[in-house]
Amino acid sequence: MDTPVITTTDLRKVYRSRDREVTALDGVDLTVREGEVYGVVGRSGAGKSTLIRCVNLLERPTSGTVEVDGRDLTALAGRSDRAPAALRAARAGIGMVFQHFNLLSSRTVQDNVELPLEILGVPRRERARKAAELLDLVGLSDKARTYPAQLSGGQKQRVGIARALAGEPKVLLSDEATSALDPETTRSVLQLLRDLNRQLGLTVLLITHEMDVVKAVCDSAALMKGGRVVESGTVAELLATPGSELADELFPVGGQASGPDRTVVDLTFHGESATRPVISQLARTYNVDVSILGAAMETYDGRQIGRMRIELPGRFEDNVVPIGFLREQGLQVDVAEAGIADVGIAAPEPARTRAVAK
Amino acid sequence: MHPLLTQACTDTLKMVGWSTAVTVAAGLPLGVLLVLTDRGGLLRNLAVNRALGFVVNLGRSLPFVILMIALLSFTRAVVGTTIGWQAAVVPLSVGAIPFFARLVETSLREVDGGLVEAVQSMGGSTWTVVRKVLLPESLPSLIAGATTTVVALIGYSAMAGVVGGGGLGDLALRYGYQRFETGFMWVIVAVLAVLVTLVQLAGDLAARTAARRGGRGPLPRLRLLRPAPPAAPTSP
Repeated sequence: MDTPVITTTDLRKVYRSRDREVTALDGVDLTVREGEVYGVVGRSGAGKSTLIRCVNLLERPTSGTVEVDGRDLTALAGRSDRAPAALRAARAGIGMVFQHFNLLSSRTVQDNVELPLEILGVPRRERARKAAELLDLVGLSDKARTYPAQLSGGQKQRVGIARALAGEPKVLLSDEATSALDPETTRSVLQLLRDLNRQLGLTVLLITHEMDVVKAVCDSAALMKGGRVVESGTVAELLATPGSELADELFPVGGQASGPDRTVVDLTFHGESATRPVISQLARTYNVDVSILGAAMETYDGRQIGRMRIELPGRFEDNVVPIGFLREQGLQVDVAEAGIADVGIAAPEPARTRAVAK
Repeated sequence: MHPLLTQACTDTLKMVGWSTAVTVAAGLPLGVLLVLTDRGGLLRNLAVNRALGFVVNLGRSLPFVILMIALLSFTRAVVGTTIGWQAAVVPLSVGAIPFFARLVETSLREVDGGLVEAVQSMGGSTWTVVRKVLLPESLPSLIAGATTTVVALIGYSAMAGVVGGGGLGDLALRYGYQRFETGFMWVIVAVLAVLVTLVQLAGDLAARTAARRGGRGPLPRLRLLRPAPPAAPTSP
């Protein structure tokens, strides 16, 4: 799980047009480890699309290196504009799925899936066998003879995924693969990606502008802004990072203190602590009334992960002991600034300070 | 049928048939090259692109009659004679190749650039892209272009009389118009109209069949050019 499969080092991409330069990637270092699903999020224009296209050199980086599965693709690409045979061979080991599916409308579903195999020079019978197997894997065995135009968006993307897997890649790149799909279909396509990741040990690098996608399938995530990666790490690491924007987006907790003399505490669950009924223990042990103001919890691998905002009666000074208990349970505890409700302004999200209590 | 008419029909068919074959054989690769060498193409080479474009424009701007006479010595070198339908095939082809090449270029540009990228991401070479994406995906449009070219060739072939090429157009001109046999002329015109209609119908049918195979409408898709990167505005 720890060997890096995709590594980009100080990747830069500058687009030059007649009178100006646009820096799409401004020194991106990214490491995707074997067997993980890695999500890159960011708004449009943040450079994430350029980044993923640089990984298989569809876009030639201005400087920096890209290594996939131990091979330096930027070195294979050489100086020329065209892709030399060595780079093409390396690309065949990297599957890619696209937002608009990019299926050939003149070919049947089966022939679309066979296309990468044709390029690899696999004999006809073997191609047909493999295509049937892949279509079965994505649940479209009955559609082999139809044309893409007769399929729904979700089905098209499943064909796209089957096609991307035909060359038995170690790595799958997903360029906004679910952005053109409705939420229901998005969920099933993501589930498929997750299953493939588990079953085949496939490493997936996906870019998306939807936080829900990261939430649903990613082990790790990176946030891009202005051509740079501003945050990255596993979901647990991000959660453990105070002030992490990604963690805030992934696990938003709302809720205001219900009155003065209340202490608002944000709890972050990750790791072992998440399996224990901490809140009810807190209530019983210290005989305090805990109200839950907001919570965002997800279950990853049978383990709960996420954040919860709770309110304890009394000021911070009165709650030092219960807060200490929570910390002892291995939770990350952040106390929202006290006394905001006193001021009488409808304060937005209170600024959080990390508790120094023990 | 009138023996003259039969002869003229055969001549027209021979001229048009041969020159269509030559035009497609030469115009198709030329059109593909025009697209590949252009800015954003897979074989980007602006010098070659400009040169090809210039030759194509030159070929298209010359009036056919002038082309036919200007090419006389070339014709002799190629087919060994400057008279007869064989001699007419040469200027007809030379005239139609640039025309068809432009139509091919337009058709190929309508193929979605995403498909080209998909094949590149699978490790496909430029040749693979041409063979597996550009040509099959634009087939209906290419057939429509070829049909237009054949109809234009039938029109041009009327001038083949200048080199003794014969054919329906020549017959209408000499027997019908110049000898004031108006009736005869209209018969020939009618035959020409039927011929053109048949070609057009056959072409439409073939294009529609090719399009229907993919279950898509006749409407073209977008760009062959690589899509502009999202972050970079294209030149002003």
